[in-house]
Amino acid sequence: MQTFDNASAGAIVLSMAERIVENRAYLSEIDGKIGDGDHGVNMAKGFGMAAERLKGKDAPLSESLDTLGTVLMTEIGGSMGPLYGVMFTEFAETIEGVEKIDAAAYSRMLHAGLSGIQSIGSAKVGDKTLLDTFVPAVEAFDKATAEGKSFAEALEALVAAAEAGRDSTIDLVAKIGRASRLGERSLGVLDAGATSCAIILRELSDGARARLA
Amino acid sequence: MQRFVNDPDLVVEDTVKGFVKAHSDIVRLAENPRVVVAREAPVAGKVGVVTGGGSGHEPAFIGYTGRNMLDAVAVGELFSSPTAKSFHDAIREANGGKGVVVLYGNYAGDNMNVKMATKLAAKDGIEVATVVANDDVCSAPPEEREKRRGVAGEIFMWKIGGAKAATGASLEEVRATAQKAIDNCRSIGVGLGPCTLPAVGHPNFQIEPGTMEVGIGHHGEPGVRVEMLKTAADVARDMVKIVLDDHDLPEGTEVAVLVSGLGATPLNELYILNDTIESEISARGLKIRKTWIGNYFTSLEMVGATLTVMALDDELKTLLDVETRCTIIL
Repeated sequence: MQTFDNASAGAIVLSMAERIVENRAYLSEIDGKIGDGDHGVNMAKGFGMAAERLKGKDAPLSESLDTLGTVLMTEIGGSMGPLYGVMFTEFAETIEGVEKIDAAAYSRMLHAGLSGIQSIGSAKVGDKTLLDTFVPAVEAFDKATAEGKSFAEALEALVAAAEAGRDSTIDLVAKIGRASRLGERSLGVLDAGATSCAIILRELSDGARARLA
Repeated sequence: MQRFVNDPDLVVEDTVKGFVKAHSDIVRLAENPRVVVAREAPVAGKVGVVTGGGSGHEPAFIGYTGRNMLDAVAVGELFSSPTAKSFHDAIREANGGKGVVVLYGNYAGDNMNVKMATKLAAKDGIEVATVVANDDVCSAPPEEREKRRGVAGEIFMWKIGGAKAATGASLEEVRATAQKAIDNCRSIGVGLGPCTLPAVGHPNFQIEPGTMEVGIGHHGEPGVRVEMLKTAADVARDMVKIVLDDHDLPEGTEVAVLVSGLGATPLNELYILNDTIESEISARGLKIRKTWIGNYFTSLEMVGATLTVMALDDELKTLLDVETRCTIIL
């Protein structure tokens, strides 16, 4: 059975932060089309701050996720601060103390993060939010493992579904958040939260896959 | 873009620093540098009054901190909700032992962060009540009023809530009166030019020369319709019509009027608008008790204006006359 070590996987969070910081201008640009254009700025600030705190520490994945979640929740605000803050702290709590993370633990982690988001937000799939990335990604992961696919294959399925979910937001009308006031005018544009969520899930899952043993 | 900025990422920090230096007779900074507190807060035995919101709307939100107004204000990034922690810290700073009311605007981020802050405050044993402002008429149809944004009507909600709290009223009384204040408010914004977040560097949206956006939001959320720019009188007539058609006020009702610039509209143009606004409101048989005109709730350097009308009953009239001491004349 494939697993990866919690203790040596903290660097995943650093590379996730790097990707978010790299995409700062891009995320703000797509947010600016239907939102207020600050998504990249705020995300880069929060992920950058967390990376500063984690650099050189070689912390386990659970501790790194907790640091990231706490920074987002206490320092960033907006909508994304609490949503991603809850998601990452739930991720962290679920795998805390788990030495070797297998597909079942990874799935529990994803579900806990998803429940956390749903407990404070009111969005549903199809509302043009990060859930349009997250929910199909979790479903694809669970489906792959249920079909007897390996952890690595399930992670690949997760990333593919996350990115397809992100792309699906182009054809959706925003139902929640600032863009929802635009109605039909929000069509034809990616949702910024769905886009950052796809980046996060790809980094997390590719990082896990590269460490499988 | 020519702006007075040091580091675009530190715009909020630098704003708050300069603000507190200027108004140290009225406000102080909490230990959390994202919380501005009235000098006299917390007042023992008084319900604490708190708000919070993204920056870039100055003088909202921090400018309304002071006696008989807001006890503490949570400060967010530009156009971005304060953190749950900042709302929580503001609640703690405002707590005089009689509970705290959080009077804020209907935005997804603020809703989530206030919800989390309320949970955190409950753990400290502080009772928190909330009122969510939703006065922006164009942001959702009347049957979906709960979806509407909060805009400049928030100022009336703070004024009334702050004055009610100063009478020694209970938490429930302050909440109910602030709720009545915002229920009696309707607002509309018209945008003539976009605004730019310094860290982004270019406008979030465009308003084509010669056009205007009716129903524009406080963060440049595009309006419900784009049309050719008309004369000030015609624009003012549209604004009054949209606001009052949504309001259904009996003839003879007294109202308070607030005309606010969005940041880059000169004050004289607000007076030009008000010339017609006053006539139109009066022509509908309403009595204007008091009018405020100025940059009360801005959106960085957006060109445009908002109109807010609050219907008054006897209680609201009395509370509106309560003297306040904050950085803004109200």
